[in-house]
Amino acid sequence: MVQRLDMLKESPSQTAGPYVHIGLTPNWCDITGVYPEDLGRTMVGPQAKGERIVVTGRVLDGSGTPLKDALIEIWQADAAGLHNSPIEKRGKADPHFTGWGRQPTDGATGEYRFETIKPGRVPYVDGRPMAPHIIFWIVARGINIGLHTRMYFADEETANAECPVLACIELRVRVPTLIARRMEEDGRAVYTFDIRLQGENETVFFDV
Amino acid sequence: MTNSRFPANRTPEIGAFFQRDRNWHPPAFTPAYKTSVLRSPQRPLLSLDNTLSELTGPVFGHNILGELDNDLIHNLAGPGESAIGPRILVYGRLLDERGIGVAGALLEVWQANAGGRYRHKKETYLAPLDPNFGGCGRTITGEDGSYCFRTIQPGPYPWPNGPNDWRPAHIHFSIFGHGFAQRLITQMYFEGDPMIWRCPIVRTINERRAIEGLTATLDMEATIPMDARAYKFDIVLRGRRSTLFENRMEGN
Repeated sequence: MVQRLDMLKESPSQTAGPYVHIGLTPNWCDITGVYPEDLGRTMVGPQAKGERIVVTGRVLDGSGTPLKDALIEIWQADAAGLHNSPIEKRGKADPHFTGWGRQPTDGATGEYRFETIKPGRVPYVDGRPMAPHIIFWIVARGINIGLHTRMYFADEETANAECPVLACIELRVRVPTLIARRMEEDGRAVYTFDIRLQGENETVFFDV
Repeated sequence: MTNSRFPANRTPEIGAFFQRDRNWHPPAFTPAYKTSVLRSPQRPLLSLDNTLSELTGPVFGHNILGELDNDLIHNLAGPGESAIGPRILVYGRLLDERGIGVAGALLEVWQANAGGRYRHKKETYLAPLDPNFGGCGRTITGEDGSYCFRTIQPGPYPWPNGPNDWRPAHIHFSIFGHGFAQRLITQMYFEGDPMIWRCPIVRTINERRAIEGLTATLDMEATIPMDARAYKFDIVLRGRRSTLFENRMEGN
């Protein structure tokens, strides 16, 4: 016998189920008085640096129907491309920006909405800059293990063209599934990013 | 946010995470769990080296915690009241695949009440709500990854999947590690529950040992006599590579 590696196995994932909001956004589902505010609701403080943006969209199933019970978390760098994490070694991230947000999709329309800032560029593993992006993590009833994807910005064409991660996508026709389109609303940029779980124009999901 | 989860004599680790064993986790498409049929990607996942975006993740300080956040028996109860049901402690450690305790990690839990009823507007089960029970709790792991909740044991719950499907008693867990790639949601089951092996959601997991790993053990030694029984539930997150022999750090 050779020596054993003595590794544990990761706890297996299970679906978040239809009542994920009880645990993760209790105030949103009318359980008030336990936590003062739902975590991840507010990402941007008044003094945060960078361009204020809105990110909105829907999560669609294989029939094109929006999920009204999904929960989305996002994670991103600040305007200078720094993460609000103790692992960040390149400098100190903006203390007025959390970098992490959590929102449910609306129970009637299926829309989600984040008020955040546009992230700066973050280096890839080999040091080349990635295009500005926001990490998405999606859980819901019927999703057995959380789905990771990335949102990129339609008005960052040059950066997108040289992004080492987007370059990994061999089927080039799938790249646009990761790019949010930009509109203006009351002078503020609104990016729409629909996530298609299955079928035509299925969003690229990552094994990270 | 705070740096306090790292003991003074330990620096934060920054190595890439071990890859996920996706044969151990449930696959996306598991038709016996009907909702997964239309909510499962059909294209393969695109494998991606961890970048700083996945190696980093949010950190939560103890300042977010209220005194009763990990006490579901009392955190929504009126003065002098408490939730109805079998009183239990759920305790354990958050480890990574190398067996190292994961310190300073946020754990969030949610569950039905003793009758299997969730406090949620979309819930229609006829079992009544408990006015003194909300069903949510949270805590942050200690230096060795340990955690503890006080709650009532949830009841089994019927759901519209098969014509007569019931979930085993379970508590949902949401876990943050040190990097966003470790993000995990799972469910804890109770030792000896005959409903476990009938459940289509449990059985989205192919390996019996993996299911056993989600099943908490009754621990009479940790039980508080005349008060609450105890269940032990350890959780394992992805481990990460040592960077000892890697001569470049991300981005440098």
